[in-house]
Amino acid sequence: MHELSIAISIVELAAEEAERRGVQVNAVHLRLGSLSGVVKEALLSCYEMACENTLLQGSHLIVEEVPVVIFCPSCRANRPLHTVQLFSCAECGTASSEIVHGKELEVVALEIQECAPNPV
Amino acid sequence: MRPEPRLIEVRKNVLKQNDAVARTLRDRFRAAGVFVVSLVSSPGSGKTAFLEKTLTLLRMRYRVAAVVGDLATENDALRLARSQAPVKQITTGTLCHLEAAMVESALQDWDLHQLDFLFIENVGNLVCPSSYDLGEDLRLVLISVTEGEDKPLKYPTIFNSGDVAIVTKLDLASAVDFSWETAYKNIQAVRPGMPVFQISAKTGEGMDEYFKFLASRQMEARVTTSA
Repeated sequence: MHELSIAISIVELAAEEAERRGVQVNAVHLRLGSLSGVVKEALLSCYEMACENTLLQGSHLIVEEVPVVIFCPSCRANRPLHTVQLFSCAECGTASSEIVHGKELEVVALEIQECAPNPV
Repeated sequence: MRPEPRLIEVRKNVLKQNDAVARTLRDRFRAAGVFVVSLVSSPGSGKTAFLEKTLTLLRMRYRVAAVVGDLATENDALRLARSQAPVKQITTGTLCHLEAAMVESALQDWDLHQLDFLFIENVGNLVCPSSYDLGEDLRLVLISVTEGEDKPLKYPTIFNSGDVAIVTKLDLASAVDFSWETAYKNIQAVRPGMPVFQISAKTGEGMDEYFKFLASRQMEARVTTSA
């Protein structure tokens, strides 16, 4: 169970961006591959805890799950898998371990709110 | 009035810090000419016995050392030290995996130029270590014959983070009706083309073939580095 340390890294990364741009973050958009080794549900439940007493407190984590896509050397094309238990082309059945997508663990965007200027 | 919320693109790898340290380590390993092999498996699959055997036998021909991760004890380091090779324990506390920074700090005062092979034994865990690059040249995923042939199907992620599979405790294969064909088929299903070795750390069976493979990979890495 390493989702808490992953959640802390996400919060740190987003807080750094927010501080640099002087904005408030409402939500963090994350792309999570099915081969990233991170479980979405566990990550979501750790996120709130990781946000406590940071600039991200009260923000949401929005996870986009990325299925595995392999490159099929026979079709010479990127193909999805039927199941992660079988790394072979969904069209022609050729085995391939050339992974194109599915290892993603990246913050792709922040939903922000400009900080309102202080009333004079 | 507060402005409307809007979306800004960021595109940053969450593990960029670990990856950056892993890159630094990899450069350091290359520069020193040491070939680095890490081991991952579930707890109790025989990593330490396999590594002890590896160190004991490889020591006759190469300069070898190991760092070993464990949650709480130093037992593994004590066992590995019987091989007479230099061994360092990394106690991770409650952390279920090694991160590149832990390896970096464990190796801080080591002169890597004095080594041909360095082995890194990860914490026993088939899930979390898959996310963390340690700067190694080769990652071995171990499964023992007693764990069942379907382990690869249950943990495709760890097999996809590894380079080589090692089937351990071969001396127990007949006692548990282990099917090599099924295990091999399952490994190839989740990681087509993955080299697989079957070994017994107890009897030494299969170790020679594995050593030949290690030596050829080390040679290739040296050629690539000097080219």
